[in-house]
Amino acid sequence: MDTAAGVEARLPIRSDMDLVWVRQHVRHAAAKLGFSLVDQTKLVTAASELARNTLVHGGGGQMETAQVTTGGNGGLRLTFSDSGPGIPDLDRALSDGYTSGGGLGMGLGGARRLVHDFTVETVPGSGTSVRVTSWVSRPPRLREDV
Amino acid sequence: MPQHETGGAPGAPAHEVRDFLRRRSEQIAQRWADEPLFRTVFTVSREEAVEAGRAVVDALARVADSRRVEDPDAAGFSAVREQLARMGAARSRAGLSAAQVSSELAALLPPVDRLLVADLERERPERLRECSTALTVLMGTLRLVAMQTALSEIQALTDRQRLQLLEVATPVIKLWDGIVAVPLIGTLDSARSQVVMETLLNAVVDQHARFAILDITGVPTVDSLVAQHLMQTVDAVRLLGAECVVSGIRPAIAQTIVHLGLDLGTVKTRAGLADALGHCLDELGANIVAAAPGGADRR
Repeated sequence: MDTAAGVEARLPIRSDMDLVWVRQHVRHAAAKLGFSLVDQTKLVTAASELARNTLVHGGGGQMETAQVTTGGNGGLRLTFSDSGPGIPDLDRALSDGYTSGGGLGMGLGGARRLVHDFTVETVPGSGTSVRVTSWVSRPPRLREDV
Repeated sequence: MPQHETGGAPGAPAHEVRDFLRRRSEQIAQRWADEPLFRTVFTVSREEAVEAGRAVVDALARVADSRRVEDPDAAGFSAVREQLARMGAARSRAGLSAAQVSSELAALLPPVDRLLVADLERERPERLRECSTALTVLMGTLRLVAMQTALSEIQALTDRQRLQLLEVATPVIKLWDGIVAVPLIGTLDSARSQVVMETLLNAVVDQHARFAILDITGVPTVDSLVAQHLMQTVDAVRLLGAECVVSGIRPAIAQTIVHLGLDLGTVKTRAGLADALGHCLDELGANIVAAAPGGADRR
């Protein structure tokens, strides 16, 4: 199955125009891997939130997309990384309504609810990397913390 | 190394190239007219292609005269910049990639270089090499100028389109007495939503609207920033004494908004534009009823 072409990419996130590019790429990649319309929309929305975080809070960075497979099930993994100031209090940043940038404060926590797997690595002073994965046909897991 | 500006027996290689270009202008133009770049762009007559080639040779000679063969900003190039841009654009329209156009420009060098070698065969080998190098550098710079011109055209086009997009995508439509609507299309970033808000608020005031419908059917992604912009617009419309209805929320977007955790509870929403219009007409007390049989219908 030759779906890697058009899925794997590394896109810069340096301006608002780049966010448009990120969204379009994620939408095309998700459609190519067979995501349903709802799942495409969720993943694109999560990518939009995370890319904006990278731009606004991380001072710009990049997104890497990769196709992943486990047990015959395909998925799409997005990694957003920046070398900004990092997130000092991750638990607080993940809680709804907390914002340091004048937004609604739903970005990080909201993005976590829109994807299947979500990990954040942040080092204060040297940057943040957010990795999210969604699977094509696995039913979403119930989360204890929601 | 002697630094004679003028006089000295063997002049600067650039000046040798200049003299060669002026002497051989006609032959070079004739040879270029057979190259794909000139042949396919100037299709009216061969004379037209030769004419264009002569203009380029003239420009090259002027640049060589100023001894700035490696400088794409040399004054001599300005005379052919526009012509090069037209040629590049014509080749792009014919489906060539930038790399292919570039290699067509590179193909202009060998015929000229062959002429130069033939002309200077009596010179010392290192002199010939110097002149040939100067010519090669000069032709390379020409290629750079052509590509630069093409790039700046594309840049200008992109800038214009960006402005157009900002302007075009925000019409306010009067649907009924007291009801205005804005169909939003594309990405709702901060700049766009500012324009939308201004035009909508002005329309509400100008038309004494009691209802404003924001239709987001054409907005592909509703994330928290878009939602924030929508809520701000709704609040601002409310301050003017009108009611705002957001319509065009597709099922996938609705599910995403719920998962994202956005609270649009304060915003009146409808699935489609027709539902939103129906709601507004209801509130206005304007009832639409089917025409009575045999009434207005005269067939």
